[in-house]
Amino acid sequence: MHPAPSVIFFTVFSGIGFGLLTFLGLGFPAVTGFTAFAFFAIAFLAAVGGLISSTFHLGHPERALKAFTQWRSSWLSREGWCAVIALITMGLYGLGLVFFDQRWTLLGLVGSVFSVLTVFTTSMIYTQLKTIPRWNSPLTPVMFLSFSLAGGALLSGQVTWALLLLSIAAVVQVLLWAQGDGALAGSGTTLATATGLGPRGSVKAFEPPHTGTNYLLREFAFTVGRKHSQKLRLISIGLMAGLPIVLLLLPFSHIFAALAVASHVAGVLASRWLFFAEAEHVVGLYYGKR
Amino acid sequence: MTTLPEKTQKKLGLVIDLDTCVGCHACVISCKGWNTENYGAALSDTDAYGANPSGTFLNRVHSYEVQPTPTSDQPAPEAQLIHFPKSCLHCEDAPCVTVCPTGASYKRVEDGIVLVNESDCIGCGLCAWACPYGAREMDAVEKVMKKCTLCVDRIYNENLPEIDREPACVRTCPAGARHFGDFADPESNVSKLSAERGGMNLMPEQGTKPVNKYLPPRPKDTLSAPAGDIDILAPYLEPVGQDAKGFLGWLDKTLEKL
Repeated sequence: MHPAPSVIFFTVFSGIGFGLLTFLGLGFPAVTGFTAFAFFAIAFLAAVGGLISSTFHLGHPERALKAFTQWRSSWLSREGWCAVIALITMGLYGLGLVFFDQRWTLLGLVGSVFSVLTVFTTSMIYTQLKTIPRWNSPLTPVMFLSFSLAGGALLSGQVTWALLLLSIAAVVQVLLWAQGDGALAGSGTTLATATGLGPRGSVKAFEPPHTGTNYLLREFAFTVGRKHSQKLRLISIGLMAGLPIVLLLLPFSHIFAALAVASHVAGVLASRWLFFAEAEHVVGLYYGKR
Repeated sequence: MTTLPEKTQKKLGLVIDLDTCVGCHACVISCKGWNTENYGAALSDTDAYGANPSGTFLNRVHSYEVQPTPTSDQPAPEAQLIHFPKSCLHCEDAPCVTVCPTGASYKRVEDGIVLVNESDCIGCGLCAWACPYGAREMDAVEKVMKKCTLCVDRIYNENLPEIDREPACVRTCPAGARHFGDFADPESNVSKLSAERGGMNLMPEQGTKPVNKYLPPRPKDTLSAPAGDIDILAPYLEPVGQDAKGFLGWLDKTLEKL
């Protein structure tokens, strides 16, 4: 799959933003006034910034409101609803904390639940696709959720939770990679089933339909960078979980905390790039590619 | 609505005969011609005369080489070249429809055609991700999703002579490799053809239940068949003068001895 920067940016930052909102909604840390304002500003900047970035890959962003209509069947539509509900409830909850020194607990709880649901619905957009066997796994939502909560714990300064959740995220990531590497082969979809010519013998793509490229190849047959995927995986997991865990175990300092956050974000960006770049869409088989 | 209808009254679709297709790409061109001038946004070409031409097509013809497995009868079977036209299969369980967030993609209850309402399409591309067949392409200029409409603006078009009321690809195919009809009717031309020739589904494991069926190619070449003549004229075409005479004959014998 083509790793579109707008979608990578969207999933990473909205994941972290909603992760932070989840913790804030539950009252971790129990901040009010200006400190609360700072925390909420960061969370909204990440969550809303990510959502806005996601509209950059739309062909017709001016029609984006229509995406709220199909929540009965479409995960993308459900994601839109969850995000709006989470942002409104958390906005009101934040308002109470910042300006009225009031903790409206129920509102925060609802906001937290919808923040988690937003990340879950985002992950389901990818998980539902049978055409991309690497993503079509129950581990995909587990990965998105564990990354989001780990990032939220880190940003909200919940050191114990952060240590636990970062470790879980790292384990889930490794499992997802291990499972994903055999996913296309395990899916049973091959050029033989794609053409129906399998029973006749071994099938080979002889000539593509056109000498030039096309939308399908640009979007689905992205193979650049797979060569370095093993190195990138090590870098990604080291930055996402390894370095932040070490920095959190050191005596507390604001510089270490900032470094841990920066390292985590860089690691998640690398992981998400790989998530797209390594994903093989079955349509590539028709072109003799994967 | 992006939910799928439980049942469609008709199941309009194509039978594509891989035995007959000669790979001329006429269906590709007539499809692009009709669909760029009629219903919906035009099918754009970008850099058409430059170094990196690209374009939107609703139908593309691939070519595959099949190497049959050797058997005791055919120890060295010939490889076969198979031309393979591919367009939307108008699946009964179309994953492209249910993922659509805006309701722009839908499957018609009356005839089962999968269509895109282009004025509702936000160009998110998710339907193309969900399609295993590469039947949907985002137009690079119009930024909306394009797909085969089964020439919905031809098949019901009373301004056209009756003979032309079938999809452009079917109408144009010079080899008669494409057939259009209603699969819901067991007595239709396409149902009978598919039953007779073992019409198959592409990627059945994806669970999309495609309406379009592909007819498998028959084995053609018998060059390596061990017994029997390959042609009734073969005995008369026996090579003559196998043994060289004169200087070449001497050279041949001398070289043999060395």
